[in-house]
Amino acid sequence: MSDEYENNKSGYQAQSSEAITGSSGSASPDIDYVRPAELPEQDLYHGHTFITKWIFCQDAKVIGVQYFLTAVFTGVVGLILSWLMRLQLGFPGLAGFITAEHYYQFVTMHGMIMVVYFLTALFLGGFGNYLIPLMVGARDMVFPYVNMLSFWMFFVAVAILMASFFVPGGPTGAGWTLYPPQTILEGTPGSGMGILLMLVSLALFVIGFTMGGLNYMITVLQARTRGMTLMRMPLTVWGIFTATVLAMLAFPALLVSAIMMTLDKVIGTSFFMPTILKAGEVLEYGGGSPILFQHLFWFFGHPEVYIVALPAFGIVSDLISVHARKNIFGYRMMVWAIVGIGALSFFVWAHHMYVSGMNPWFGFFFATTTLIIAVPTAMKVYNWILTLWRGNIRINTVMLWCLGFIVTFVNGGITGIFLGNVSVDVPLSDTYFVVAHFHMVMGIAPVMVIMGAIYHWFPLITGRLLNETLGKWHFWATFLGAYSIYFPMHYLGFIGVPRRYYEMYDSPYMTSAVGMNEFISLAAFLVGAAQFILIFNIIKTLKTGKPAPKNPWKANSLEWHTSTQPPEHGNFGERLPVVHRWPYDFSVPGSKDDFIPQTTPPSEVVHTKVEKT
Amino acid sequence: MSDPKIDGFELKPGFRGMASDTGSDQTMFKGVHWGKAMMWIFLLSDTFVFSCFLISYMKGRGSTPAEWPNPSEVFALDAFGVPVPLLLIALMTFVLITSSGTMALAVKYGYEKNRKMCGWLVLATAVGGLTFVGMQAYEWSKLIHEGVRPWGNPFGAAQFGSFFFMITGFHGFHVSIGVIFLFIYAYKVFAGHYENGGKRGWFTTMKGDYVEIEILGLYWHFVDLVWVFIFAFFYLW
Repeated sequence: MSDEYENNKSGYQAQSSEAITGSSGSASPDIDYVRPAELPEQDLYHGHTFITKWIFCQDAKVIGVQYFLTAVFTGVVGLILSWLMRLQLGFPGLAGFITAEHYYQFVTMHGMIMVVYFLTALFLGGFGNYLIPLMVGARDMVFPYVNMLSFWMFFVAVAILMASFFVPGGPTGAGWTLYPPQTILEGTPGSGMGILLMLVSLALFVIGFTMGGLNYMITVLQARTRGMTLMRMPLTVWGIFTATVLAMLAFPALLVSAIMMTLDKVIGTSFFMPTILKAGEVLEYGGGSPILFQHLFWFFGHPEVYIVALPAFGIVSDLISVHARKNIFGYRMMVWAIVGIGALSFFVWAHHMYVSGMNPWFGFFFATTTLIIAVPTAMKVYNWILTLWRGNIRINTVMLWCLGFIVTFVNGGITGIFLGNVSVDVPLSDTYFVVAHFHMVMGIAPVMVIMGAIYHWFPLITGRLLNETLGKWHFWATFLGAYSIYFPMHYLGFIGVPRRYYEMYDSPYMTSAVGMNEFISLAAFLVGAAQFILIFNIIKTLKTGKPAPKNPWKANSLEWHTSTQPPEHGNFGERLPVVHRWPYDFSVPGSKDDFIPQTTPPSEVVHTKVEKT
Repeated sequence: MSDPKIDGFELKPGFRGMASDTGSDQTMFKGVHWGKAMMWIFLLSDTFVFSCFLISYMKGRGSTPAEWPNPSEVFALDAFGVPVPLLLIALMTFVLITSSGTMALAVKYGYEKNRKMCGWLVLATAVGGLTFVGMQAYEWSKLIHEGVRPWGNPFGAAQFGSFFFMITGFHGFHVSIGVIFLFIYAYKVFAGHYENGGKRGWFTTMKGDYVEIEILGLYWHFVDLVWVFIFAFFYLW
């Protein structure tokens, strides 16, 4: 093949006019022309020992799996914490060891673990590392050594976070938003070592993530294979890439607030600490601004929502397209929607602070920007549905998770419109309505995508297909169970049950909330337990599962067209793939198969009705 | 630095060029070294870190009820018995900006493969940076001597010391990291690690190239630029 490229030195512009007409022959090689490689082959480090191959490994795929496993471990811890919380809420006093302090610690750690150490690390560290190089046709991430450091920094951050469970006073119980001044004052659980370890762990997470994020961004921008333009990338890569950009710009605010709060805690500065009267005595602190922390935290916190959501949007688009055997509807609009949501996410943060007190015009501004986000988001939902419309849908486990995602996401999105409006948000603030909203939209919905992605890419990573029957049980238990948990919570919010309360005592909500709380708790135990079906399924499959055929889902994107499956170090064997089209050429009229891989040259499909992409 | 033509891809100028580069395959920034692109994006992220610090400072200064100390008195230095405002800071700024100049020359000689000149200039930059850190340490010790602490000071609002030590400390940390790398790179240039196709690094096992001097230069110019903002916000406001 390479000889043909040599002949065509005239370049990029020649491709459209003379080059095609000028040459002879029917299936002219010129329509297959792709510019020669700009860069030499990547210089890779090949591990030889067990340690360099599997532990301090520089292969993005191994790093991805390492991220994945570490994140899942923290996720299981978060899950167990949620069980303990529901045990207390549904059946107060049944478990005597859960004191009010413990309850607050569980709430805090559950929130922080799930948002930062589970979802962010899983999507960007796990799927990002594994899929980006494979999907853009690179040998590896551009800086494998920095990538390895990134994982180990994350690992240390997780270790420090877990260590905070075992220090005197336990982990911090200030709520996952860590609002000062109460976070670092005595009386809050874990205001000693607990909060300190949390802040250090967050700072390390940010540093570790920055190393990884630079890799993801430069790999997408500067290390794509021949023919892979930005508009031929799978939406998965677009989602992860945009989320990484957000993270690179949003995590600095978290880092800065963590540094400032650490100084407040350790050496007694008053960045966030106003003058405080405690038991008739004025504390040493004074003159600081607690609202400043809220601004910094939510300038990180709101983009963080989309750091989790955008990779999920991207992945689910690919899964739906593959399993409905149809091209994604409105690819370019999907890309621009991802980018638009990402950009808008930096202008909405204060909608988390309506009740902190602000100038009404600011509330008006942030409510407007918040509602504008609904436009690109709704566009994506319509496009998913239009992709499904008249598709050749395979109702397998992956598709079930995708359908579950769409429903859940729409549900959570609509309650988001409620909460984005100041006047509706103020009465609903700090009630279970908020809990229901964000668990639907950034808890359950992204987790559904993760599950779908696991069933989809498991054969690629391990070479074996997960059991479908167990998968369907897993899906239905999770889907129905999750709705049993969060649907009633909307109602709890409307009757005014406040969140983060250890117990309701004899409040007026009691009559109608008691039974519902018990029901929610039972459902929560069930959903949690259902996740062990997946773990059982994975273990069983690894031992006795049936080997997956090559490209079992008949997908087009590059990760399924490697020389071996699972892909080896260097990903693509001798030659890097050359890309001629987008990854969504499914069910093309006139085509032999119902899919045309990205590597198929145009000359092989001239008789089909494939469009130029 | 980058060729006007890259293997069958003519680089067009201006916005047209931007659009055609963005729409092309393989790379978006044509002819830009991976490490250089990485440094630019890292600096973008770091810009946000410093912006958060400086905006927090503005907010903190604006909302604290106590009076803010007068910078031209607090930062004055006695020269021959006369207090001269901003004397030390002016010197520090001069040294740091000068070191940016030597850095830029080092990059130029690096690309010309002039090993000796490049090495000496990187070393000069490192010495400049070290001088800056030294003067900053002197300034800190002077202020601490006068009773300024992160949690309070005799001149006014407690937040003055808090923000001053935190932000100049964070900047000084950046300079110190830069100085360490400048010394390492000066050694690497003199030892010829970037000659003849490059020597493999001990940690990363990747081959060295003079472009690394430019990457370090980007970082160094950034640190200087940030100092200009810190200077303006702390000493002139």
